Amino acid sequence: MGEPGTKEILSLDELEAAGNLRTGRKHILSILVENKPGVLTRIAGLFARRGFNIDTLAVGPTDDEAFSRITLTLDGAVHPIDQVTKQLHKLVNVLKIRDLEPQETLARELALFKVSADGVSRAEVMQVCEIFRGKIVDVTKRSVVVEVTGTCDKIDAFEQLVRPFGLIEMARTGEIAISRGRGET
Amino acid sequence: MRAVDALMECLKAEGVDVVFGLPGGANLPTYDAFYDAGIRHILVRHEAGGGHAAEGYAKATGKVGVALGTSGPGATNLVTPICDAMMDSVPVVFLTGQVRTELLGTDGFQEADTIGITMPIVKHSFLIQHPLEIPRSIHEAFHIARTGRPGPVVVDIPQDLSRADIPYEPVTDVHLPGYQPTTEGNQKQIRLAAKALANSRRPVLYAGGGVIAGNAAPELTELATVDRFPVTSTVMGLGAFPAPHEQWLGMLGMHGTRAANYAMDEADLIVAIGARFDDRVTGKLSEFAPRAKFIHIDVDPAEISKNVPAHIPIVGDAKNIVPRLTAEYRALAPDPARLEEWWSRIRTWQERHPLRYEDSKDHEIKPQYMIQALFEATGGDAIVASDVGQHQMWAAQYFHFSKPRRWINSGGLGTMGFGLPAAMGAKIGCPDQTVVCIAGDGSVQMNMQELATCAHERVAIKVFIMNNGYLGMVRQWQELFWDRRYSHVEMGQWPDYVKLAEAYGATGMRLEDKATLLEGIREALQTDGPVLVDVRVTREENTYPMIPAGQAARNMVG
Ligand SMILES: Cc1ncc(C[n+]2csc(CCOP(=O)(O)OP(=O)(O)O)c2C)c(N)n1
Ligand SMILES: [Mg+2]
Repeated sequence: MGEPGTKEILSLDELEAAGNLRTGRKHILSILVENKPGVLTRIAGLFARRGFNIDTLAVGPTDDEAFSRITLTLDGAVHPIDQVTKQLHKLVNVLKIRDLEPQETLARELALFKVSADGVSRAEVMQVCEIFRGKIVDVTKRSVVVEVTGTCDKIDAFEQLVRPFGLIEMARTGEIAISRGRGET
Repeated sequence: MRAVDALMECLKAEGVDVVFGLPGGANLPTYDAFYDAGIRHILVRHEAGGGHAAEGYAKATGKVGVALGTSGPGATNLVTPICDAMMDSVPVVFLTGQVRTELLGTDGFQEADTIGITMPIVKHSFLIQHPLEIPRSIHEAFHIARTGRPGPVVVDIPQDLSRADIPYEPVTDVHLPGYQPTTEGNQKQIRLAAKALANSRRPVLYAGGGVIAGNAAPELTELATVDRFPVTSTVMGLGAFPAPHEQWLGMLGMHGTRAANYAMDEADLIVAIGARFDDRVTGKLSEFAPRAKFIHIDVDPAEISKNVPAHIPIVGDAKNIVPRLTAEYRALAPDPARLEEWWSRIRTWQERHPLRYEDSKDHEIKPQYMIQALFEATGGDAIVASDVGQHQMWAAQYFHFSKPRRWINSGGLGTMGFGLPAAMGAKIGCPDQTVVCIAGDGSVQMNMQELATCAHERVAIKVFIMNNGYLGMVRQWQELFWDRRYSHVEMGQWPDYVKLAEAYGATGMRLEDKATLLEGIREALQTDGPVLVDVRVTREENTYPMIPAGQAARNMVG
C-alpha cells in the first residue's frame, strides 16, 4: 500500500482500517526527563509520528529539580509499544521510561466538576460527593464545584452520576502514577 | 572572550578543519570570529550545498562534518541535508544563527522556529538560551553526532548571545545522563549467534551502512572468510566488503542482483549487520526471506525487530561484536563442507543471471557502459559520489567498490542534488584522492550552483552527467507501471552543460560517442580543476533487474 509505483486505487475504507488499528490495552508510561526546553515537544512529536494517540498527559517536578516526570496514558496502536519506548530512549533528554504494570502501580487523577445544584438537587449532589469522598470547594446559589481524586475509572463513574444534575464544566489532570513498594518507579 | 570566539576554540578542539557555510544577519558575529580563527571556511552558494558538502566530507573521512547557516531561510535551506543526514546516519553538526532573544516568538525578521522545524529529523538539537551554554553544547553536539548511531545535531544560537562576553574555559568532558549508547555486545548473545551460524546450511551476511559508519569493514571480511559465508549489502553498505571477492553476491534489494535476492529468499540464516530492513531491501515484508532466522547486530536498539523480528538481537558496535562472533565461530570449528551445496546453488544463479544489458551496436553510449568505462578509467581507485535516479543504481551495480568510504550516495532520503556538493565535500576532505560525481541531468541542476564554489576554491571534482534527457527513474516507473503515460518527466535540451561549466569557471566537455568515451573520460580525469562532462546516453534505458515495489524478491523482473 502507498507505493508510488502501483496504479492500484485505494478505497477510503482500506485507508481508514489501516489507520484505526488499536490493540486496546491501556498503557501508563512514566518517563523521567531532564528539565530542558523542548523535551515535551520532542516526546509528543514522537508519539504522533508513530501513530499513538495520547489519552492523558501530566508533567510535573520530581524530588530532584533537574528532572521532571511525564506520565502519559495511551492506547496501543498499529505499532507495538516497545517500538515507541525504544524511540523514546533515543531522545537525549530522556533518562528512564517505565511501561507500568497496572497491578503494581498506584495511579491517581484529580478532577474538578462544576455541577448545577439548586434547591432539591443540591442535597443529592452532596450525597454523591460524599460517597466518592469528593470535596466541595466552591458553592453558589445555583452550582457547586467538586474536587475528586482517584483512579481514572472512579472519576469516570463520578462523572456519570453527576451528569444528570447538569454538568456545567469538568477539568481533569490526567493520571499520575508511581510504582508500589520500596523500589523506584 | 566573545562567545563566538569561544565557539571557534571549541571547533578547533573538536579537530574541525573545514566548515561549509553562508553568512547572514543572525550569524554575523560567528563570521566575524571566522575572520581570524584559522579554520578553513568554504563559502557555498546555497546552504543546501553546504549541508550536503558537510555530509560528503563526513562520509569520505569518517569525521564530523560542519555546516553553517543564518536564521530563517538559511536554516530552512539546511532542512534537506539535515533530514538526509538523519536517514543515512551521517555525523554532521549544523550551526544555525537565530534572531536576537528579545525577538524570539515575535515573527521577527528572518525568524524561523529552526528547532521546531527540525525536531523530527535530528539526532538531537540545542537551542542556546544563555551564552555560557555555548561551549558545552558545542562539545555535546559533536559527541552526540559521532558516537552511537551517528546523526545530525543542530545548534541554534541567537545572535545576541553569540556576541556576549564570556569567561572561556576549555570543556574536557561531556555529561549526558540520558545518552549512553551501548557499544559492547552481550557475550551470551554472541555465543548463541555463533552456534546458529555453525548450524546453518544456507547463511547470508547482509551488511548495511552501519558497517561503514562503524569502521567495521575489515572485521566483516574476517567474519565472512572464517568460513565461506556469502556476503551481500545494501546500497549504503557498498564497499563494506570487497566487490572482487568470490564470496560477494552483489547488492541486494530493488535493483540488486538476482543472486543476492534469491539467496536471501532461500537462506536459513541471515546475519544483518548495521542494516535496517528498509522496504527497498525487503520488498513485500510478509514474503521476505521466508525460511530464514535472523541475527541482527545494530548499535541502535530501536532498529532491532522494527521491521523484521530478530531471533538473536545483539546491540552494540559492529567493530566490537563482529570479531567476537568470528572468534566464537572459529572455536566451534564447524565443517565447511556443509556450505558446498549452498554455494553450488548460488553459483548457478550467478551464472544464469549475471548483471547484464544489451550493448549498442553503433555509437550510442549505454548508461551501464558509461559506468564500466568510468570504472576502467579510474582503475576503480576513486571516491564516487552519486545523485539520485537510474544513474545511481547503475553506478551501484557496475562500479565495483573494494573499500569503504568510496561510495557516497543518498540512500535513505534519496535526495536529488546530493551528488555534486557531496563530491565537493569529499574532495575537500580527501584532496589526494580522485573524486568523481555521477550525476543525473535532473539531479545535477538542483545544486549546480556549487560548481562556482568548486571553481573558486579549486576543488577538482570531475562531474559526469549521465544525460538521458529525462527524470529517468520516474520515466521508468511510468513506463512499467503507469501505461507509458510520460507525465512531466522530459527535461528538454537545456541547459547547454558545456557552456554552463565554462560560465561557472569549470571545464566543460561533451561525450556522445561510445568509441571515444573511454578516452574522453581519461581526458576529463586528467584535466586540472573542476570538470563537468555532459555524457549523452541512451534516452530510454531501464534499470534492471528489479523487484517491482511491494513484491517478493522471487518476482524480480528484467
Ligand atoms: C528532491 C527530489 N525530488 C524528486 C525526487 C523523485 N525522483 C527520484 S529519481 C528522479 C529522477 C532523477 O532524474 P535524473 O537526475 O536525470 O536521473 P536519471 O534517473 O535520469 O538517471 C526523481 C524526480 C527525488 N528523489 N528527489
Ligand atoms: Mg536523467
